[in-house]
Amino acid sequence: MTFSALAQAGLLLLAVRLLAAPLGEYLARVFDDRARGATRLFGPLERLLLRLAGDAASKDSMSWQGYAAALLAFNAAGMLLLYALLRAQALLPLNPGHHHGLPPLLALNTAVSFVTNTNWQAYAAETTVSHLAQAAGLAVWNFLSAATGLAALAAIARGFAGRDTTGLGNFWRDLVRVTVHVLLPLSLVLALVLVSQGVVQSWSGEAPIAPLQPAAMGTALPLGPVASQVAIKQLGTNGGGFYNANSAHPFENPTPLSNFLECLAILLLPAACCFAFGALVRDRRQGRALFAVMLVIFLPLMLVALGGEQASIPALTQSGVDQAAGPWQGGGHLEGKEVRFGAGGTALWAAATTAASNGSVNGLHGSLTPAATLVTLGLMQTGEVVFGGVGSGVYGLLAFLVIAVFLAGLMIGRAPEYLGKKLEAREMKLAALAILLPAAAVLLGTAVACAVPAGAGAVLNPGARAFSEILYAFTSGANNNGSALAGLDAARGFYTVGLAIAMLVGRYWVIVPMLALAGSLACRKAAPPSSGSLSTHAPLFVLFLAATVLIVGALTFAPALALGPVVEMFRLGAS
Amino acid sequence: MNRTVRACAALLAGFTLLTGVLYPGLVTVAAGLFFPWQAGGSLVRRDGAIVGSRLIGQTFAGQEWFHGRPSASPGGPYDAYPSGGGNQGPLHPAWRDSVQARVVAARNRECNNIAVPVDLVTASASGLDPHISPAGAYYQVPRVARARGLPESAVRGLVAGNVRPRTLGLLGEPRVNVLELNLALDTLAAAPGEAAAVTNGRTR
Repeated sequence: MTFSALAQAGLLLLAVRLLAAPLGEYLARVFDDRARGATRLFGPLERLLLRLAGDAASKDSMSWQGYAAALLAFNAAGMLLLYALLRAQALLPLNPGHHHGLPPLLALNTAVSFVTNTNWQAYAAETTVSHLAQAAGLAVWNFLSAATGLAALAAIARGFAGRDTTGLGNFWRDLVRVTVHVLLPLSLVLALVLVSQGVVQSWSGEAPIAPLQPAAMGTALPLGPVASQVAIKQLGTNGGGFYNANSAHPFENPTPLSNFLECLAILLLPAACCFAFGALVRDRRQGRALFAVMLVIFLPLMLVALGGEQASIPALTQSGVDQAAGPWQGGGHLEGKEVRFGAGGTALWAAATTAASNGSVNGLHGSLTPAATLVTLGLMQTGEVVFGGVGSGVYGLLAFLVIAVFLAGLMIGRAPEYLGKKLEAREMKLAALAILLPAAAVLLGTAVACAVPAGAGAVLNPGARAFSEILYAFTSGANNNGSALAGLDAARGFYTVGLAIAMLVGRYWVIVPMLALAGSLACRKAAPPSSGSLSTHAPLFVLFLAATVLIVGALTFAPALALGPVVEMFRLGAS
Repeated sequence: MNRTVRACAALLAGFTLLTGVLYPGLVTVAAGLFFPWQAGGSLVRRDGAIVGSRLIGQTFAGQEWFHGRPSASPGGPYDAYPSGGGNQGPLHPAWRDSVQARVVAARNRECNNIAVPVDLVTASASGLDPHISPAGAYYQVPRVARARGLPESAVRGLVAGNVRPRTLGLLGEPRVNVLELNLALDTLAAAPGEAAAVTNGRTR
């Protein structure tokens, strides 16, 4: 690890901490409809959209079933529309690259992927998708899938707070408010800053060039409305790139400053959600504790990734490669990395993008060292609760919290309770469902893929990394991350369908049980804390909850990890 | 039920208009007003011709150029349709072989036997990396100076003038833009006296 890489990581986390708290407060005000200052600016937009939506978006609060039904209906309608748009893009305008419509299975996979906030991409965007489909389809769902997650968090927090025992709020109002007051303004600002750094924003198909040595390369560079899409794909934990190389492409992430801001945007809203939850349940210590849990897990794993990528590979040194960091080079393992970010900047991003369920990359995860591969897989396999997705990270962590409170209750001999509310058998079952089903989708999907030729034949690398490629694909899909060990040929029918199923399970089989859990908590009375109550904001409980997340993850995935990156770590050490 | 259908349809239309048309349109207008050069791809001109983008690397072969990094772009080296890399892990035998071959090729080209800076023998993530490390540039100075008939000190000074340090001393890594360096090299070779006038600024 170099000093500058560590300092860069420290600066990033400091910025996240300083910005997330006020942003979380603002999020809570938006959800409570108390955003006065912002309302003056964006209020007309909000009122217009709500009028469009009609009676459903009245001030009536919904039961958990009603909230879930509205959320599912909206997401299903979005998938249909997105599927149609991707299939029909050849017939529509703004298709300067003359791309054909996407084939049915690929369009299905992509529609599911963007609506579930996964942004798994089984295609190279600049040679597949029209400007119209990118801007008016994929980017729209970058906003709406993030807004869906944030709305679900607001509803779940209302259930935990239980101030509104008639219901969990109105889905349509939450959706409109968070998009108009939070996602849109943040994206506008970030998009413009990114353009200033060199991210392109153009409706031309391409820029013709006459290279200095023309015979050796192509003579055009693909352009597009990139900055507007990159801003929201970073902020909304989406991660789907405008270009195949994602944020490693110089037109998508041109400078160290753009890289820092994009990396900050990965973590910003997921971290803010912790503080928003604290504000929504009127106990800010709980929000700070959730943030602390995330940081406690993230920090050591990030350092492992940084160390792994910066280390020299002995066999390469013997071959005559200089990987040592010095004044004139960052050094480290630079295969699949960009010089302007270096090994440290790429390892930091890799940890951040898998901790949060973003999945954008600024280097090829397929070329990461085994140590960093272990970290990226492990962070996703926590169920994306270490920062996680916008909204989904915190409500996913709440599922673990319910389990941890139960375990702690067993240890101290008290009935489990959180925020003064008793947690009973129904809540435990729902929390366990939300944790176990996505994990089962990862392991079963991987097992099936390894067993059938259609799955096992799609790998690029030999040996243990071949297994890692498959495990990573289902881990990424079922946890709605979207990054890949991209050697895997994911465009095959087996993976387009299998991963679409995994993405659906990972998204809705967490949202619905957690809404149900919140629904049953909403109508439960809260008792005032006594001297014997478990203090769920104390450092001891923070560590206990972090341990619960890690132990559940380790029990579920240690055997699979041992077959992939762990084997590779030993082999790399011996090579 | 009808209320839900209406809300779905109306909000999908409304959001598509707002976030899919108005938002990118607004960003495009603002970008065109404030940062038109960046929004259009940071294109570099010489004698009126667009020779490339400051942000996108190019293939340079031959003794008289500074070479960029190897590119494993799927369409061929430095082909932007599409961007990408090899995705080979550090234990892949074919990757080990290609790194070894690049080391041998670099040492033959530079006529030396010293360790090769890692960026010169590994492929980038995008296949379009416009930069090499300063170490990678200095490594090529003797050969380029020889081929161009320039004093080594002048070429070394040119590289030094093109080094971009870490942003704020912390962010990213030090680097040299290969296209800009080679353009400056052409200028220097055409008029050695004006070496001092060569800057690392934009060449419009």
